[in-house]
Amino acid sequence: MATGAAVTPSPVSDLRTFVEKQSGQRILDCYQCGKCSAGCPIDYAMDLGPRQIMRFIQLGLKKEVMQSTTIWLCVSCETCSSRCPAKIDIAKVMESLRILAVAEGSLPAEKHIDLFHRTFLNTIRRYGRAHEFTLTATYTVKSRNLFANLGLAQTMLSKGKLAIMPPKVEGSAWVKNVFSKTKSTRPENPTTVKAEGGH
Amino acid sequence: MSTNAYAYYPGCTLHSTAKEYDVSARAVCEKLGVGLEELKDWTCCGASSAHTTNEMLAITLPARDLRTAEKMGKPLAVACAMCFNRLKVTEHELADKAKLDAVKALVGEDFSNTAEVVHLLQILYERRKTMVVSKPLKGLKVASYYGCMLVRPYEITKFDDPENPQMMDKLMVTLGAQPLDWDFKTACCGASLPLTRRDIVLKLSHRLLVQAQQLGADCLAVACPMCQFNLDAYQEAINQEFGSKIKIPILYFTQLAGLAMGLSPHQLHLDKHIVDPMPALKNKGLA
Repeated sequence: MATGAAVTPSPVSDLRTFVEKQSGQRILDCYQCGKCSAGCPIDYAMDLGPRQIMRFIQLGLKKEVMQSTTIWLCVSCETCSSRCPAKIDIAKVMESLRILAVAEGSLPAEKHIDLFHRTFLNTIRRYGRAHEFTLTATYTVKSRNLFANLGLAQTMLSKGKLAIMPPKVEGSAWVKNVFSKTKSTRPENPTTVKAEGGH
Repeated sequence: MSTNAYAYYPGCTLHSTAKEYDVSARAVCEKLGVGLEELKDWTCCGASSAHTTNEMLAITLPARDLRTAEKMGKPLAVACAMCFNRLKVTEHELADKAKLDAVKALVGEDFSNTAEVVHLLQILYERRKTMVVSKPLKGLKVASYYGCMLVRPYEITKFDDPENPQMMDKLMVTLGAQPLDWDFKTACCGASLPLTRRDIVLKLSHRLLVQAQQLGADCLAVACPMCQFNLDAYQEAINQEFGSKIKIPILYFTQLAGLAMGLSPHQLHLDKHIVDPMPALKNKGLA
């Protein structure tokens, strides 16, 4: 994290209460042993490690947590959760933070990952099943990263491993309905993000 | 697990990028006398994206498929490790009556969350002692790669040891292969990040492939379409990025089981891989 950055404490209970309720985890049980960060395969790429996220939630530093890349980079591999001596499911904590970020519409620090999830879910909402061709094509256009996956897509097509026609499932109407009933529908056209260099 | 009749949930990828997993799973199960009846009109489990957005969505999508299996009165055999994980998590979450009631309102009041969910690896593992191995995979060094979704969280998936699982290794012994003892059995490959943060996938996949190579692995055995894709499709990019010379076929455990049971490479779709497994198999006289 950036050193010397001004911190903005929010009422302690706010963030922690939400996370505890949403995830069912006891945040104050964390005594900062750091086993989560030590085992996290993606810790090296995060601006705040999992241990820091836990401490920041305890301190109610909501803005810093919500703006971290951590909550988006976590892929729920659950290594942290399975090793935590305080038996905290840290991956579930990360999940609850993403849910909060989505609910509050806060700007994700990893815009492409948010865009990917959005695109993936829109594909399911439309067809009832995931469709990799639609997903990859839509994501590629929206992320404005047109050539990144071209070669691989060609190879997959030539191997007959990418179904071009989307699936037809009777249950797709039900799926669409569930998206609307659970208020999970997010804009089909989110603010387009610029292609990031350096990755 | 005494039954031989299962409802079968392939999952979305088995209809495209992981077609060879579907084909080999069906072929092997047929040979074993295990019936797989595809779940009628199944829909997506929501994968890694649904539980990022909305918990209710994440437990309702798999519940529809659990209900269908329940109606069929058969345990649900799942191929994809991610689907298996989401179905297990849902089953677990719905032990909470309030959540179950909320989900019932969306999937149907007759749903009671009683379907048993098992992974295909468990089905083969349980039957390894009665398996007829006509073409043992003699001399084939296999690094069993379990990934994350099968083994964690153990409290929910109740699959195998989350740090050092043995199920696939023991199956490989039955098949006549030589399983390798290595460090990355349950290390993450980069999961759903290839389109968004390819750099992370390359780095994580590289470190585990390097060790497999150093130990002389002829192939990796996998049980997850996401892992298979990351490790197979990006090997060339990994070599470019890190200057390595890795060339390790990434095969589904069902393909290896099929070979040992006398099925042909063609029947197991061994030509669908990006890294061609045929040279390694021919080298050992296995194809």
